Amino acid sequence: MDPIKNVTGRLAPLPINDIDTDQIIPARYLKVTDKNGLGAACFTDWRYNADGSPKAEFVLNQPQYQGARILVGGHNFGCGSSREHAPWALQGMGFGAIVSTYFADIFRNNALKNGLLPVMVDEETYQQLISLAQEDPATEVTINLETQSLTLPDGRAVEFPIDGFSKHCLLNGVDQLGYLLGLDDAASEYESDHPARVNTREMSV
Amino acid sequence: MSLNGHNPQTLFEKVWNAHLVQAGGKDMPAVLYIDLHLVHEVTSPQAFTVLRERGLKVRRPDRTLATMDHSTPTTPRGMDGIIPVTDAQAQYQLNFLTQNCQDFDIPLFSLGTENQGIVHVIGPEQGLTQPGMTIVCGDSHTSTHGAFGALAFGIGTSEVAHVLATQTLLQYKPKTMAVRVNGKLHPGVTAKDIILAIIAKIGVGGGTGYVFEYMGEGIRSLSMEGRMTICNMSIEGGARAGMVAPDDTTFDYIAGRPHAPHGADWDAAVAQWRTLPTDEGAVFDNEIVLNADDLTPMITYGTNPGMGMPITARVPDPDAAGDVSQKMALDKALTYMGLQPNEPLLGKKVDVVFIGSCTNSRIGDLREAARILRGRKVADNLRVMVVPGSQRVKAQAEAEGLDEVFKAAGAEWREAGCSMCIAMNGDQLQPGQYAVSTSNRNFEGRQGKGGRTFLASPLTAAATALHGVVTDPRTVVGEGVTA
Ligand code: SF4
Repeated sequence: MDPIKNVTGRLAPLPINDIDTDQIIPARYLKVTDKNGLGAACFTDWRYNADGSPKAEFVLNQPQYQGARILVGGHNFGCGSSREHAPWALQGMGFGAIVSTYFADIFRNNALKNGLLPVMVDEETYQQLISLAQEDPATEVTINLETQSLTLPDGRAVEFPIDGFSKHCLLNGVDQLGYLLGLDDAASEYESDHPARVNTREMSV
Repeated sequence: MSLNGHNPQTLFEKVWNAHLVQAGGKDMPAVLYIDLHLVHEVTSPQAFTVLRERGLKVRRPDRTLATMDHSTPTTPRGMDGIIPVTDAQAQYQLNFLTQNCQDFDIPLFSLGTENQGIVHVIGPEQGLTQPGMTIVCGDSHTSTHGAFGALAFGIGTSEVAHVLATQTLLQYKPKTMAVRVNGKLHPGVTAKDIILAIIAKIGVGGGTGYVFEYMGEGIRSLSMEGRMTICNMSIEGGARAGMVAPDDTTFDYIAGRPHAPHGADWDAAVAQWRTLPTDEGAVFDNEIVLNADDLTPMITYGTNPGMGMPITARVPDPDAAGDVSQKMALDKALTYMGLQPNEPLLGKKVDVVFIGSCTNSRIGDLREAARILRGRKVADNLRVMVVPGSQRVKAQAEAEGLDEVFKAAGAEWREAGCSMCIAMNGDQLQPGQYAVSTSNRNFEGRQGKGGRTFLASPLTAAATALHGVVTDPRTVVGEGVTA
């Protein structure tokens, strides 16, 4: 994966709590076998009418939010299904970071593994970003991964948490699978100390 | 310090510690060894592609098992005994799984074969799900397997690739929450009602970062199937995993299953399993308590599983909500659901009743539904689908004549799969339709674009099927339903 240092761009406001991954990418789009092309179906049921025409009132269809790089979503963003198709779809739509007051576990993990930054901020900052996005859609903010900070147009920098390992991997483009493969000896040692109890290829009776 | 000189530990800590390939810390995830990896067609294709691109093998195909469940149709078999797949993209995805399992030597329960079924139904029924194991799957309802005292949780597709290639997973240690259910359930109240009540209490994000351990008389008195129903929906409260300490109920369930140990191995396994329950004095990070005695049948009214209430209650009024964002969420949910504030759900007309999904499609669930439907007819103009969780459940139900009970009542008896729980295989609601569903998610569009879902227990679903309107199962005469 390519290293990621910053995400700079305009904001798109989606002030809805508990946005589940079924909304981000409905199950009927999960019959794919690769990661590409899911952006077109991102938030599809909120974005389009039954006849396929865009819903003009939906925020991500409005001209001022086209090309926004940072989605600001409500509390508990990404709850529900474990589908990694959710970050793939959000990235396919052009987002490089999601800001929320809280992320569901699996979504946060999946996002970090794909270089989509989950930026958790306090309620006040969240409200401020939503207002900013609604009132002044041309505003740009910068998210700096190294300093773990989001800088508002007024110069105020807000820190956000990220676990040290994910940060290291993202900043340096470290591949986590490669890291685990490097622990092969330790895994073999574990296996010799802990014989398998089941064998999926054989019945025990 | 406990008597044996060790610090008292929770069930979770015991399982966690026994699977550390490398301990973690604050900024370094632990490396956990995974005992069993379950695979299905939807979340695995891109992971196999990663393996191919990098020239990697599956490290332990003997600890891996694949099935077809999500994108599979549940329509009747053709004359040739084969379940026809009419969706070309689904067929391609299923073929890709078959190819992947061949190329990487992974056992596969393919569509329509005797062991095929929903991934969280087949693990336990094969006896592969055992106490003390670590179990993962690219599916959030992997939490189901925690009912056996396993540490089981859903992972993303990148992690599926990690586990395929290394049999290990990077994981930060979660916190623990004791979820205590005191007392006994009243007739007509089930495991599903317990978990819907828990989620209504804590909200859909209330358990994020925790592993739940369900305990107390209200849990201990449940069958394995009831415990699985509860653990299944842990994720709907935000918890990655839920666990129940293994006991004789657990061992009785496992004994004699195809992958269960036997002979001296069985005795050794049980002796080890008996060491797993949380030690006296072990400390949890958090605790919640419910009284089973207070519970009634539950139903959801909104668009996430936390929006639930006793079936006799009224839809909440957004204007009475605690804060602005709660009011907005409730407004949005009621608009989608086409419901009015303070409206009762009892008596609400529904279009479809769905009995199935990894939450409630096991033989016990089907027996409960059949108890209500036996010798009766479902309402006119109502579609009732009964979808067994696996081919084995289907065969068992047919051996008991349950299929005849459902068919005689006017319900559809289908092939095994996820079906209308996820609506990616042709089984779906039409826009605006109402369903009472025994599945686990009532998200917008989950059961079909524009469809509206009320989550409830199999008893409530079957009672609703009789009348065509949301019905309290306690008002329907049936063995064990009415007091
Ligand atoms: S039945 Fe539903 S929740 Fe369960 S595994 Fe299938 S799609 Fe997921």
